[in-house]
Amino acid sequence: MSQLYAAGDDVHATARHEESHLDSSPVLSVCDLEVQFPTPLGLVRALNGVTFDVPRGKVLGIVGESGCGKSVTARAVLQIIEKPGRITGGSITLRGESETTEITGLGPDSKRMRALRGSEIAMIFQEPMSSLNPVYTIGAQIAEAVLIHQTPDRDEALRRAVDMLRQVGMPHPEAAAASYPHQLSGGMRQRAMIAMALSCNPTLLIADEPTTALDVTTEAQILELIRNLRDRAGMSIMFITHSMGVVAQLCDEVIVMYLGRIVERGSVDDLFYDAKHPYTRALLRSIPRIGGNRKAPLEVIEGSVPDPHHRLAGCPFHPGCPKAIPGRCDTTVPAPSTAGPGHTVQCHLYQADEIGHPERAENV
Amino acid sequence: MLSVVARRGLYMLVTLAVVSVLSFAIIAAPPGSALSQKISQLQSQGGEVTEAQIVALKEQYGVDDSWFTQYGKWITGFWHGDFGFSFTLNEPVSSVIWSRLALSVLLSIGALLIAWGLSIPLGVYSATHRHTLPDSVITVIQFIGVAIPEFLFALVVMSLAAHYLGTDVGGLFSNDYADAPWGWGKFVDLLGHLWVPLIVIAAGSTAWLTRVMRANLLDVLNNQYVQTARAKGVAERQVIWKHAVRNSLHPLVMTFGTTFPVLISGEAIVSIVLNLPTIGPLLVNSLLNKDMYVAGTILLLLSALLVIGNFVADLLLTVVDPRIRFGE
Ligand SMILES: Nc1ncnc2c1ncn2[C@@H]1O[C@H](COP(=O)(O)OP(=O)(O)O)[C@@H](O)[C@H]1O
Ligand code: SF4
Ligand SMILES: [Mg+2]
Repeated sequence: MSQLYAAGDDVHATARHEESHLDSSPVLSVCDLEVQFPTPLGLVRALNGVTFDVPRGKVLGIVGESGCGKSVTARAVLQIIEKPGRITGGSITLRGESETTEITGLGPDSKRMRALRGSEIAMIFQEPMSSLNPVYTIGAQIAEAVLIHQTPDRDEALRRAVDMLRQVGMPHPEAAAASYPHQLSGGMRQRAMIAMALSCNPTLLIADEPTTALDVTTEAQILELIRNLRDRAGMSIMFITHSMGVVAQLCDEVIVMYLGRIVERGSVDDLFYDAKHPYTRALLRSIPRIGGNRKAPLEVIEGSVPDPHHRLAGCPFHPGCPKAIPGRCDTTVPAPSTAGPGHTVQCHLYQADEIGHPERAENV
Repeated sequence: MLSVVARRGLYMLVTLAVVSVLSFAIIAAPPGSALSQKISQLQSQGGEVTEAQIVALKEQYGVDDSWFTQYGKWITGFWHGDFGFSFTLNEPVSSVIWSRLALSVLLSIGALLIAWGLSIPLGVYSATHRHTLPDSVITVIQFIGVAIPEFLFALVVMSLAAHYLGTDVGGLFSNDYADAPWGWGKFVDLLGHLWVPLIVIAAGSTAWLTRVMRANLLDVLNNQYVQTARAKGVAERQVIWKHAVRNSLHPLVMTFGTTFPVLISGEAIVSIVLNLPTIGPLLVNSLLNKDMYVAGTILLLLSALLVIGNFVADLLLTVVDPRIRFGE
């Protein structure tokens, strides 16, 4: 279906693929990341110490209910969090093709940060309807990225834009490049976004719910395209979704987020066959059955969506957790414990002794 | 695209035809007024008006003709620039109207350009520096600008200019140049007199458009494509100007059509205060004196300007927004 990097016509792809075998260190390491939004109603702690790695040449899925901090995590990596939000702690390290960069050490509008955006790390967004600028042609918008990062030659940039559109399976790439976003369907716009993201050969692709707004058939095509990116081009992908079904189809490893924290991480098999955390289990129960409404949002567990200005003491999930241990879950934040190779979980049920740190309730 | 222009042109003609009928209805509404004005004018000049003269005048103005014939005479006169006769000025309407209309249009377009030139950068600054001190200052000034009546502002600027610059800012020319032939000196003198009305007329719409620009830009900055631009490494300055501002001009361009009549009415008040020979004071006087051919002609010409202004705004929109160019 897709022509992406098909039939060995892209030398780059092969080179990258071999390289990924040589170097197995994670592409991206996020450590203890904290993001806060000072709002007129008080401080919103969107991320409370998020730690994870994106493995090289694999797809890492990030799942969780809407509002748990998935998009904020993605934007933090690019340092494009909307004002007045900012990173208040932790570190983000990118291990690119040639050098390692401490992203949190760069200013959000610094030259080096801008040089990373779009060229080393690229991002595609949830809403294909609004993620392209309505007043510029598709070709011009893709060429803009190429002009910033790769060549000062406008014609060359436009040729590359058309070429990228062809590679992501856009029918009539020349015509598509000359058209405006409103002239294309949602699926075609999302392809155009992917073409834009890939135009400068990024090391890491971040996809923030890229198929949520699409219909089933188009979603399947886009997922296929992204699978091809990983398999043929060996690209490292951070794939955000709120659908466990999509995780099962696409991801190699998964992290589960809840209220700005990671509650469990493991391989797809670990998560689907051996989920430990009560919240992950609740999510799995919410996977729509065949014939059910697959676009239905994840089951929201009673009392599990607290007001974002209020920080709970202890495990953030304790008000809705069926297995909460009174006197422990509501006073102490559980520390990560190992449930198997590469499988960690943050829950008191899996801790022999009382590790973890007490954290008092706080009103802000 | 061409068919859109043609269709709009047709609508414009229809609109103007309707307006011309309405304007004429205003002229013809007070029964006999045109003629009785003329007669009382002749009488007041001391002449005995004979029955024969009255008949001649009736003939001349076609008072006894049917409404339709009168309208036909007036509107066909337009084709050769004959708009009827002014009773108070004792001149054909066409000989008093053109220079005044030109000055009005000049002042209005000048004021509009000033308003756009100031409101776009001010609005952008205000929106991108939200809740800072300069933003608050701009907001306060802009509320004052919207709230202050134009005649008051005109008086204030005029007295300030007279007091501090020692210049005589009323009228179009200083006494030295009023009758002088055109030359560089006279041109500079004209500019020296025009800046006051330009500032006064532009003030209100600058304030208003700054407000519109700030709100639009804040709205546009929430759009996903602004994030997309940042995510591909576009510098913040370019993100704002190339991606966001470009998309927030839309309502500003639309105001072109609606700001125009507001500017003309503002211009009338300001011109009365500053004693400028524009169309505004002429319209006011003609309405007060029931000088109906003058009033009707001005109404029709202003409507034509308004319709053309909206047409230009729509053409500009198709340039600014491709969705309109191709969309239905
Ligand atoms: N611009 C903002 N201002 C204030 N709070 C925000 C903003 N963006 C995100 N947040 C907070 O961060 C939390 C996580 O948001 P987000 O990452 O968008 O969730 P999702 O997992 O659905 O992508 C939200 O619950 C919200 O409270
Ligand atoms: S720590 Fe306690 S409250 Fe939290 S998920 Fe585990 S058992 Fe439930
Ligand atoms: Mg999101």
